[in-house]
Amino acid sequence: MSTGDVAIVGLGIHQFGRHDGVSGLEMGAIAARRALASAGIAWQDVGFAAGGSDAAGNADTSVSMLGLTGVPFINVKNGCATGGTALTTAHAMLVAGAAEVALVVGFDKHPRGAFNPLPEEWGIGSWYGESGLMLTTQFFAMKIHRYMAEYGISASSLAKVASKAFANGARNENAWRRTPLSEDEILSSRMVNHPLTQYMFCSPGEGAVALVLARGSRIQELTRAPVYLRAVTFRTRRFGSFEVFAPSIPIESAPSATTEAAAAAFDEAGVGPGDIDVAQIQDTESGAEVMHLAETGLCEHGEQEELIQSGATEIDGRLPINTDGGCLACGEPIGASGLRQVYEIALQLRGQAADHQVPKECRVGFTQVYGAPGVSACTVLTV
Amino acid sequence: MTDTRELQLIDPDLVGGTMEEPRLIGSECERCGTVTFPRQRSCPRCTSEEVHPRELATRGALWTWTIQCFAPKSPPYLEGGVAEFEPYGVGYIELPGEVRVEARLTESDPERLTIGMPMELTLIPVPGARDKLTFAFQPVEEGE
Repeated sequence: MSTGDVAIVGLGIHQFGRHDGVSGLEMGAIAARRALASAGIAWQDVGFAAGGSDAAGNADTSVSMLGLTGVPFINVKNGCATGGTALTTAHAMLVAGAAEVALVVGFDKHPRGAFNPLPEEWGIGSWYGESGLMLTTQFFAMKIHRYMAEYGISASSLAKVASKAFANGARNENAWRRTPLSEDEILSSRMVNHPLTQYMFCSPGEGAVALVLARGSRIQELTRAPVYLRAVTFRTRRFGSFEVFAPSIPIESAPSATTEAAAAAFDEAGVGPGDIDVAQIQDTESGAEVMHLAETGLCEHGEQEELIQSGATEIDGRLPINTDGGCLACGEPIGASGLRQVYEIALQLRGQAADHQVPKECRVGFTQVYGAPGVSACTVLTV
Repeated sequence: MTDTRELQLIDPDLVGGTMEEPRLIGSECERCGTVTFPRQRSCPRCTSEEVHPRELATRGALWTWTIQCFAPKSPPYLEGGVAEFEPYGVGYIELPGEVRVEARLTESDPERLTIGMPMELTLIPVPGARDKLTFAFQPVEEGE
């Protein structure tokens, strides 16, 4: 391995779900301590840190809980790409030689029914909210609705994505929703935004994830099971892509931010989508998983119907997707979700995913997050 | 362009024309021809600042749609809108050769909405604010 290599050498998580009496910052600090313990190092050994939350405070204030070591700590607040951005930052600092060991942490704590963004904060007039258009659920519904018509995706496949998520969540002790739900139960649940029903959506939640990264010779010193970070990329939207909170979209269409971030990640890692053994992709709702499967290049547009109906994306399938239950079963603490995906892939590649371990051998993994107003972050990980 | 202040529109920068014949106001790039809605001061495609206002077509085709089945939160929705909430349609309407505009639909029955159906511009009261109007699209009746 070259000295430019960066690997994950420590993993920590605070269970996702509802945790009354525990702040988001405390969950972040708990995850950080667990990651440090798993790497066998102390907080004093960390030379750089980056982290963030969307709504639970500044990550760097966790030093008052972890210890005042003077470590440079960058706060990140970048919507759903918060975790990916923190990871990008730490990776770049390690590659640049600014530190040998870094900590990345993401956490959040959203109450039930959270997320009522104000148009003014997204560059849109107040008319947009007053007219009843400022809802992410509408965007997801309208994007998958169009996609279903163009590519022949069935409502049954939307339900199967959700039932797979809850089945996987039932096997993951750190997931929130751990009760399996049948395809029929999901299809017959309350309609939220046609064609998406209640159980096809994730819920705002709580949780935290931390990772310890190291570079060069420090990797082998700290772990016998490194997970190499082969690529970490993120992109904003181009003219012509269909994104959330868009009062209009051009007729001229362009690939999404996800497509560009994924292509850059595969290019940087020197692997192709066909090399991926297991992947975690953003499943804010069932339709997002369907569309992101093709936007990332993991399959062709329209191929999802056969993949999902045949069970190829289940844990024991050819292309296991969201093996920890994804956002649907883990909930959506915005600052934590991107790192949860990386945490899960690291477990899978190390063979430490217990009841939700993919049975086939996994050597190459992939993650993708997507968020408003059109940002995406992807990683490629290998052992 | 007719004075629109009498219409008590939710945002007079969005809609021009008259109460009977409203027109959405977008912008058009003088360099690359890109049409946007609402109007912008620069072009999101080629970055030019040479853009001018443009009245958009009043008819188009329904490109995608959904039904909003739960009351949006206030803010940004108005409290009165939450109180009087009924499910409503939302869609993107493709104005030929211009842009796809997101709007409320006057139709909220999923059985009566289909991708590709012809739609036309209209004005509806802002939910919870009876003195204000916002734009919406309605299905074009057959024969019109």
